[in-house]
Amino acid sequence: MTDLSCKVLVLGAGPGGYVCAIRAGQAGLDTIIVEKAAPGGTCLNVGCIPSKALIHAAEQFHAVAEAATGNSALGITTASPKIDLSKTMGWKDGIVRQLTGGVGGLLRKAGVRKIEGEARILDGKTIEVRTAEGLSRISCESLVIATGSVPIEVPSLPFGSNILSSTEALSLQQVPETLAIVGGGYIGLEIGTAYAKLGAKVTIVEAKAQILPQYDAELSKPVLARLKALGVEVHLNAQAAGYENGVLRAKTAVGELKIAARKVLVTVGRRPVIAECGVADLGLDMQGRYIKINGKCQTSMRGVYAIGDVTGEPMLAHRAMAQGEIAAAVIAGEAANWDKRAIPAVCFTDPEIVVVGQLPEEARAVNAEAAVATYPLRANGRAMTLERTDGFVRIVHEKASGLVLGIQAVGAGVSEFAGEFALALEMCATLTDIAATIHAHPTLGETVQEAALAGLSKALHA
Amino acid sequence: MGIKTIRLPDVGEGVTEAEVTEILVKPGDLVREDDPIAAVMTDKATVEITSAYSGKVIWIGGEVGKTLAIGSDLIRIEDESAGGDDTVPSLTPAEAQPAPASTPSMAAQTESCPLKASPSLKVVETRPNAITATATPPRAEGAAVLASPAVRARAKEAGIDLRQVVGSGPAGRITHADLDHLFHNAGQALPRNPSGPETVETVKVVGLRRMIAKRMSEANATIPHITVVEEVDVTEIEALRVKLNEARGDKPKLTILPLIAAALVKAKESCPKIFARYDDDAEEVHYSNAVHIGIATMTEAGLMVPVVRNAQALSPYQLAGEITRLSEACREGKAKREELSGSTITITSLGPLGAIATTPIINKPEVAILGVNRMAVRPSWNGSAFVPRTMMNISASFDHRIIDGWDAAVFVQRMKTLLETPALIFMKD
Repeated sequence: MTDLSCKVLVLGAGPGGYVCAIRAGQAGLDTIIVEKAAPGGTCLNVGCIPSKALIHAAEQFHAVAEAATGNSALGITTASPKIDLSKTMGWKDGIVRQLTGGVGGLLRKAGVRKIEGEARILDGKTIEVRTAEGLSRISCESLVIATGSVPIEVPSLPFGSNILSSTEALSLQQVPETLAIVGGGYIGLEIGTAYAKLGAKVTIVEAKAQILPQYDAELSKPVLARLKALGVEVHLNAQAAGYENGVLRAKTAVGELKIAARKVLVTVGRRPVIAECGVADLGLDMQGRYIKINGKCQTSMRGVYAIGDVTGEPMLAHRAMAQGEIAAAVIAGEAANWDKRAIPAVCFTDPEIVVVGQLPEEARAVNAEAAVATYPLRANGRAMTLERTDGFVRIVHEKASGLVLGIQAVGAGVSEFAGEFALALEMCATLTDIAATIHAHPTLGETVQEAALAGLSKALHA
Repeated sequence: MGIKTIRLPDVGEGVTEAEVTEILVKPGDLVREDDPIAAVMTDKATVEITSAYSGKVIWIGGEVGKTLAIGSDLIRIEDESAGGDDTVPSLTPAEAQPAPASTPSMAAQTESCPLKASPSLKVVETRPNAITATATPPRAEGAAVLASPAVRARAKEAGIDLRQVVGSGPAGRITHADLDHLFHNAGQALPRNPSGPETVETVKVVGLRRMIAKRMSEANATIPHITVVEEVDVTEIEALRVKLNEARGDKPKLTILPLIAAALVKAKESCPKIFARYDDDAEEVHYSNAVHIGIATMTEAGLMVPVVRNAQALSPYQLAGEITRLSEACREGKAKREELSGSTITITSLGPLGAIATTPIINKPEVAILGVNRMAVRPSWNGSAFVPRTMMNISASFDHRIIDGWDAAVFVQRMKTLLETPALIFMKD
């Protein structure tokens, strides 16, 4: 047993943990980060980045396959394409290695000690790590819990063999002939769309009445339309009941569905990693199944901080990163607290969805002045040249003052709007601020300006 | 002839109404273009309104104290022009003429002032933004505090609660200018604790500290102190001290303190009133024929005053020995009760830390205390040249209820004489 001590101990090197550790290191605090796998967490290793790589590959393949049908409006013809998915996965793994290696380098540069191993919390100031060399005990002044989350298992569909979590679905070596997806949230839809474009027959089973149930139907409608066009079958109000002999059973109001599926991807949500590493034994105040924190990311125990997915929804890398910076600043004695107006959320479905700030219903529930201005992509020149005119931009605002309360968009490529939308929210922009900002022509972004103009009843191109 | 209406102009971003504070014309008055006609006050500033036309005032829309909406009719003027009725919101920047020279009372327009482009509107007085304790809160309860991340960071750094700050920007957004205003009014940004959140340690006042606190406040509250500071040339007595130390053999080493104690004993002959204990409850002063000198002594627990008893019976060496013995007893906590009471006068000396003057607090129930300040070599004028002399100040406080200024001055002068001519200390009458 080796004994180590440090000022700041970060548990988990996902986006929240590694950002926190880098910031703490930069602040001159003696910092140790403990991670059982490669740095980067779910996001870099088995989440955001691998799925975006797969989605890109699928889009490329699909574009060629479309041309091969001879129906290309662009006049492109080609022979039917093939894909070697194992090679695709090799390319994806290369990107992951490059990024996780980069994180390792950043931690070193910030003077952070990295310890690889399975950690167990003994008390608020001490953890035990089982490393390759044996047990070591680390004592610290401040502990940051950033242990993240894992996919939730459905009891009737235990992970293993042909039942996959997102992790396995992002490492398949062959495109399955048939793929059933249990859970129509953004993870299931992103991966499902990718496999549909790669040639799999995809069926989605969603228990609620709508895909992407946390957003309004207006936002998910263009996605649903595209899924149908891609030949994806969507069953709503359907409960997966079991999987035997290549058939997924699902209960619906009109009886049991039998869905042929070589593989079943279960994406019904994620749960925080709390029990596994002894966090539960600390007796921290909880909020539901998550660790309760205040605006400084402090838990109910002095010197113990929590960031990222263990602190609740939305479980997004950039939220964890922002919390990581706050926790490190608070530990370093700086005046920091959570004061963000918005956490942007992006679904890399087809078309993509960006959600920042309040949705129309959320705004109307608390603000009688809330109004909505919308502008469709079909009136945008750039969208036409990209052959993708489905979707729209929507600005939720306060009628009298023009204050922007939320911005959402659906459309191919609109994920890159996330920055402008979030900036508008954080700067407390009004419709006039956006409308009076020149948005370059010809870009998809002009739709944002047009939506703002529409909100001011000054629409130009509508 | 035409009738022109001057409306209350937009006097600032976000301002929807203004209170009329002054009307400078009355119906029938002839006004010329650019003449001041009224002043209005918004929640930000007082703004002077000037006339856009020359002509005769025929109607006034407001009275002093009335609140008018921006754009409402303020004054109608009948002018000489042939055109029909015309209405303008006072002057617009495009038709504005250069304003007549500002009167000295007019404050310069600030950079952040939204009225800058319009010469017809003069900010004559800027009221501080309400920060705290305003009658009306900066925004409706539950309403979001709007500020950009940079403004939020700046406020955080300065420890400002943005919920208490009025936002002048669109939709009530708090701008950098609002913070500038706040800092300007506050004088400066509040410094931040660099070592993190402020921590406060609470220490209970007990034991000796509580005793000191009680006695000090009692002495300071009841005794009207008079303090006299005098300069003393101690070159001679220092030279004597050095010689005595050279020849002391196994006697204790002399500091200046036993010599001052010896001088004090000698001073009693001519100034007996200074050596006393005043029982103010009984309204009696007790004069002893003995001299018991309290020696203010620093210990780890705090200030203690051990007493050299019957100092009149002791030689300088014996005084030195006794002072050393008592201060050690105090520091070790072994001083006896009788060694800590009964003094008729006290000496307080901080040695090299003694500064140039102090205002000692009397050790009640005594009526005087002698403070000894730092010794230093200073140039002294001897009538023909500056010569280096070792100088030391004494700062003595007296209970003005018992000791008059005259007596205090005589005592201080006597001490000066004795210390400057040390032979006098040892002269017997």
